[in-house]
Order: sequence, then C-alpha cells, then structure tokens
Amino acid sequence: MGVIASERDLERNILTTTVDRIVAWARSSSVWPVQFGLACCAIEMMCTAASRFDIARFGSEVFRASPRQADLMIVAGRVSQKMAPVVRHIYDQMLEPKWVISMGDCASTGGLYNNYAVVQGVDKIIPVDVYVAGCPPRPEALLHGLQLLQEKIVRGGSAGRAT
Amino acid sequence: MAQASILDRLRPHVPWGLTTPREEGGRAVVFVTPGALLEVLEAARVHLGLDSLVDLTAWDRLPASPRFEVVYLLGQAGGADRLTVKVQADGDPPHLPSAVAIYAGAAWPEREVYDMFGVAFDGHPDLRRILMPDEWEGHPLRRDFPLFEEPVEFKGHTPKVPSEIIPFFPPRSSSGSGGETPPVPG
Amino acid sequence: MTAPTRETLTINMGPQHPSTHGVLRLVLDLEGETVRACTPVMGYLHTGIEKEMETRTYYQNVTLVDRIEYVASYLEEMAFYLSVERLLGVEPPPRARTIRILMCELNRIASHLVYLGAAANDLNISSVFMYCFADREKFLDLSEMVSGQRMMPGYFRAGGVASDLPGEFVPAARAFLEVMARRVDEYERLLSDNLIWRERTEGISVLSREDAIALCATGPVLRGSGVAHDVRKVLPYGGYDEFEFDVPVRAGGDAYGRYLVRLEEMRQSRRIAAQALERLPDGPVLIADRKVALPPRAELARSMEAVIHQFKLVSEGIHPPAGDSYVATESARGEKGYYVVSDGSNRPVRVHVRAPSFYNLQTLPAMVIGHPLADVVVAIASIDIILGDVDR
Repeated sequence: MGVIASERDLERNILTTTVDRIVAWARSSSVWPVQFGLACCAIEMMCTAASRFDIARFGSEVFRASPRQADLMIVAGRVSQKMAPVVRHIYDQMLEPKWVISMGDCASTGGLYNNYAVVQGVDKIIPVDVYVAGCPPRPEALLHGLQLLQEKIVRGGSAGRAT
Repeated sequence: MAQASILDRLRPHVPWGLTTPREEGGRAVVFVTPGALLEVLEAARVHLGLDSLVDLTAWDRLPASPRFEVVYLLGQAGGADRLTVKVQADGDPPHLPSAVAIYAGAAWPEREVYDMFGVAFDGHPDLRRILMPDEWEGHPLRRDFPLFEEPVEFKGHTPKVPSEIIPFFPPRSSSGSGGETPPVPG
Repeated sequence: MTAPTRETLTINMGPQHPSTHGVLRLVLDLEGETVRACTPVMGYLHTGIEKEMETRTYYQNVTLVDRIEYVASYLEEMAFYLSVERLLGVEPPPRARTIRILMCELNRIASHLVYLGAAANDLNISSVFMYCFADREKFLDLSEMVSGQRMMPGYFRAGGVASDLPGEFVPAARAFLEVMARRVDEYERLLSDNLIWRERTEGISVLSREDAIALCATGPVLRGSGVAHDVRKVLPYGGYDEFEFDVPVRAGGDAYGRYLVRLEEMRQSRRIAAQALERLPDGPVLIADRKVALPPRAELARSMEAVIHQFKLVSEGIHPPAGDSYVATESARGEKGYYVVSDGSNRPVRVHVRAPSFYNLQTLPAMVIGHPLADVVVAIASIDIILGDVDR
C-alpha cells in the first residue's frame, strides 16, 4: 500500500544502521579482484571464476584488468624475485580500501620452492589479509577465503591500513 | 637403426681428428672440440638435413674438468633423425662460438645457458640474461651456486632446510638398494 | 610552423596484463598502430625448478615436474618418467602403459580447452571461456578420481603408475568422451564460421614454414605452418605406435590454422582415449622390480623384505646408473623432453626441461612485426604458451 499508517509499518519499512556498517556491507558484497594470476593457482582461480564455482555470486563480478579499478588482489601463484617489484607496484596502484588474498602455498610461504628464485611468501612485500592454503587450493577453498575476507571487511579490518 | 647411419653420413663432412662419434643407448652422439663445433653443426644441417635444433642445454661437471658440457640436440622437422652434439668448455668465463647463424632458434637457449651457467657465446647478437633479473650476480645452475634456502624460524630452534633433510646417497653406496658400478659420464 | 615528425613509441605490455596468458612482458615499438619491434622479456615466473630438482630424489621430483606445465601435468610426468625409465632400463607393464596414454590424451583435451577458452576470452567471446572451463571440470573430476587431486596429480611413477584406476573411472571416462565428441562439434559450430573469429584470426600472425623450422617451433605452431611433425608418429614412445590416430596439419601458418589444428587434435585425442579404454589390458600397474618400484601395501604385512625395500625406496630412492637420457614426447604445446643426467646417486645431477613454450615463444616477433597492435593479442593466444614452461 505504501502508506505508513502505524508504528509497526515504520518498523518494517525503515532500516536504521550506522554509515560504517552499511558501507562495510556494500564493500564486502562487491569485492572486485584485479587479474593477478601468476602460475598454477591462476588456473584454479579461473576455474573459480568459471561457471561451476562462480565467484560472481559472492560479489566478485568482474576481475578488473587495471589495478586502479580493483579492490582485491588475489596473489595466485609463486612470486619470483623478478616479479616482486611488479607485485609491489601493482599493489601501490590500487586505491584504498584494498585487500589482499594470498592464494596457495607459494604466495603464502614460498610453498614447495625454498630457493634463490622465489620470494618466501608475498607478505614480505605487501600486507596480506587472508591466506588460503593448498597447492593449488580448490576453488571451494578460495571461495571460503573470500568469505572470510568479507567477514573481515564487515568487521572493519584491513591489513593495509594502520587502524 | 637409422641412427647409426647418421654417423656414417656425417663422417665425410667433418674433420674426424677432432670429433669422437659414439653410440649411446641407440642415440648418435658426437663429441667435438669448441673449434670444430660450428663446422659439425653446419654439416649436420646442410648435409644430413637436420634442420631443427631440438634442444640446447648445458650441465656443470664440477669437480670434473673441463667443467661445462654443452649439449646440442639436432633433429629433423618431419623426420626421425636425431644427433646429439656435445662440447666441453672450461675457463673463466668459458667461451663457445654461437650457433645463431646456423640455427636461428638457438638465440634464446644460448642466452639461457649464459644466464644459468655463465658460458659466453661469441657472436651472439644479444647475449644478456633471460630468466634472472638483469642485475643478478652469479649463475644459478652452477654446482657451486648455493640454493639459498631460507630456514623457517620457530621459537626455540631453527629446523633443517629441505635439502639437508633429504639424504644424498653417492654412487656405490653401501646401502643395498641400487647403484651398480657406473662409468663416469662423458 | 615545424613539419610533423614521426617517431616510434615504446610501450610495455605486461607482466600483469589480461592477454599475456601469464606473466610475460613485451616491449613493443609502435609506429602508429603498427608494431615495428617486439622484445619478449621473460623470467617473471622463474622458480629455479631445475636447480631444485637436483636436490631431491627421483620420487620427490614428480611434485616439481607437475608444476612446470601446470595445465598438462600428466603429459609432463610422462616425459619425465620416460627419461628416468630409459636410464634405469625398465619398461612399465602393459596396463600401466595404456593408463598413461589414456590420462595423457585426456589431459591433452583439457589443455586444448584451456587454450580455446583463453583465446576466445581475449577476443571477448567470453561465453566460450565459460563453456570450455565447464567441460574441463569434467576432466578434473576424472583426475581427482584417479589421483586424488584436480591439478598436480603426481600419479606416474618410475615403472608404471601409482595406483590402479578406481571402479567408477571407466564409465565416467566413457561418458566424458561421449560428451566431448558433441562439445567439440559445438565449438566448431560456434567459432569456425563465426565472422568475428575468422576476421580476427584468418591471415593473422602468419608464421611461414621456413621461419617455423628455423626458430625451432614444435607442436601445433609447427603443424599449423604446414610441417607434419608429431613426435607420437615420428618417434613413437610409450606405446603410441599401437594406436590409430591422425595428425592434423594446416598450411596457412595463421592463427586460424593453429586453432583448427588444436580443434582436430581434440578429436584425435578423443579417438586415442576411446581406444585405450577399449583395450585396457589386465595386470599390474607397477613393475615388480623392488629396486625401482614400491611393493604393494598388502605385501608389507607379510614380508620383511618388502618392508626393507619400501624403506630403502622411500628414504633413499632409486639409483639410475650413470649416464644421460632424453626421450622426446609430444606435449599439448609441442615437443617436451627431459634431459636427465645421473651419476649413479639417488638425486639427478642435472635435469633440463626442453620446454615447448620457450621455443615456440621465439616465433612471436616473427609473427607480429609489421602488423597492428591488436594482432599481438591474437598471436600470443595462438602460440598457447604456459609461462611455467617458459620460465621454469
């Protein structure tokens, strides 16, 4: 009917909240990752974006090609010494607020490779919010990591900021 | 097998005083000195029809000398003929003539051998590092280049790195699970 | 007023780029829209796998091998273990050989689906990307059935395969092959006469026959330029000479020709896999040589010797006699072979991977110089590189 006739109608039709919570809810529900697939985990990330596991239903509708248009950096794959400055550069180009998921063992800790060529964990270069273990992690694991990140965003946390 | 006739067909075109043909496990292998390398490659391409460089790699024979052995695997596009050419090089840095004029596809593998082992190829149009960053020092695949493993830090103790955990059993080890008396390769 | 001048613009494409299929960097000199020079810069995924393999035993190396050409792991393991078995002088039993060929051909189909999806996605035909990955999921289910993992199976062993096929595998594989027969026809209907696809790929990024041979290309890149060279036919390995299949070749050398070659290869792989399923022989899947292959678990309860062999093999590993070996195989992208040098100890002295993507990428400048920038994307997609293979 559309007419507010009583107290009960008011309760049903108006939602009170704080700006922080509504902004956090909006941010967590539409986290757009930047295309940052490095190695094998990138293939599983592509599978997560494909139709069977469909990351879009969790809000990550598009993987942006430009970091300036993205919120989330899923570091998917091993980070070599030559690639490390590039990772930092891309991370710096992203606008606040931004989050990082370190997908896979190689991005989290160096994984299988403990040698001259691989950075032992991307958290040596950029702050990481969620670590997803696996080699490669199943798409369900990555989606779980994304859900944890969404809960973290709702709580207001971000590894990249001082607060 | 057609492989044996490869050596026979190669024979008239190369100075046999410098090369050592061998049959290893059905493969035709030729050992050459660095001076005769380009001649052998050219003869293989022109006279034997081996128009494709299948692979170019090297390995470090430390502590044996000469230290580096560079291996060229020549093949035929559309055919089954294969010839392995091995050349040994020593020095600081070792020098070998570049095969780019004979096989255009040798450009990048030679850069990789230079990057990983430090073998300089004279006459290469663009000899610089290909896999490591440009300012990297050292040649990673040399046997005396350490793996640079990072130990994981725990409270109280530092555990061993993986390559110290995995045991290395030298040839002719007393443990009985293998290793007949081997001839030294090369 | 000064006269207008021309100068070339040097731009950087990658390493983070949606169309480079990984972390490849291209330094392009452009004159207007035309590429005048193209310099690929690699090494952004260099992992030191070859050096790492020198510190591990032959069993442990299978985990590293899987991660080199990560969409075609079974083909990778096949190449590695054929080389190791050549050093050891052993042959896997007939059932293991057939299983290996079956998994390799199924993997080839899956790898070509990744190519097709990525290539179409680059040209903004993103629905084909979704279809291809949905089909690939069925292969990943088969892989999980057989080895426990979707990717990086670690399934092959020196002397055979790790375990036998589970009971539900054969009907599931048959169903997959039946579905793929229809799906490949669907992809053909979607793309082969599609105006946009043909305009963007026909006559684009042409690689002449002479260039392809001189630059050491192999695989669909070489076969798309008119050279009938498939290692499975020319230097048969692992039992391929017992199977009937054709090798597609196209003379055009353009991206469209390479697409047709890969599409037809999917059909031929389906044919080989169907034959393998038909004639799967009975028998063990691992050779009985206890110096090379682990004893079956049931034997461990009964025989002390089996326990000792198991202990020796797991802690020490196999000791191939000193020497070197190289066995050429046909991976999804071209010729793959492992040059393994052994000194008789339980670790390899040197393992070199003849990476098809590394050699195929050398053809990129020849394909793009003198052509518009938009064709660079098509060229990279049609070479079908995997950066793990290029950089190792």
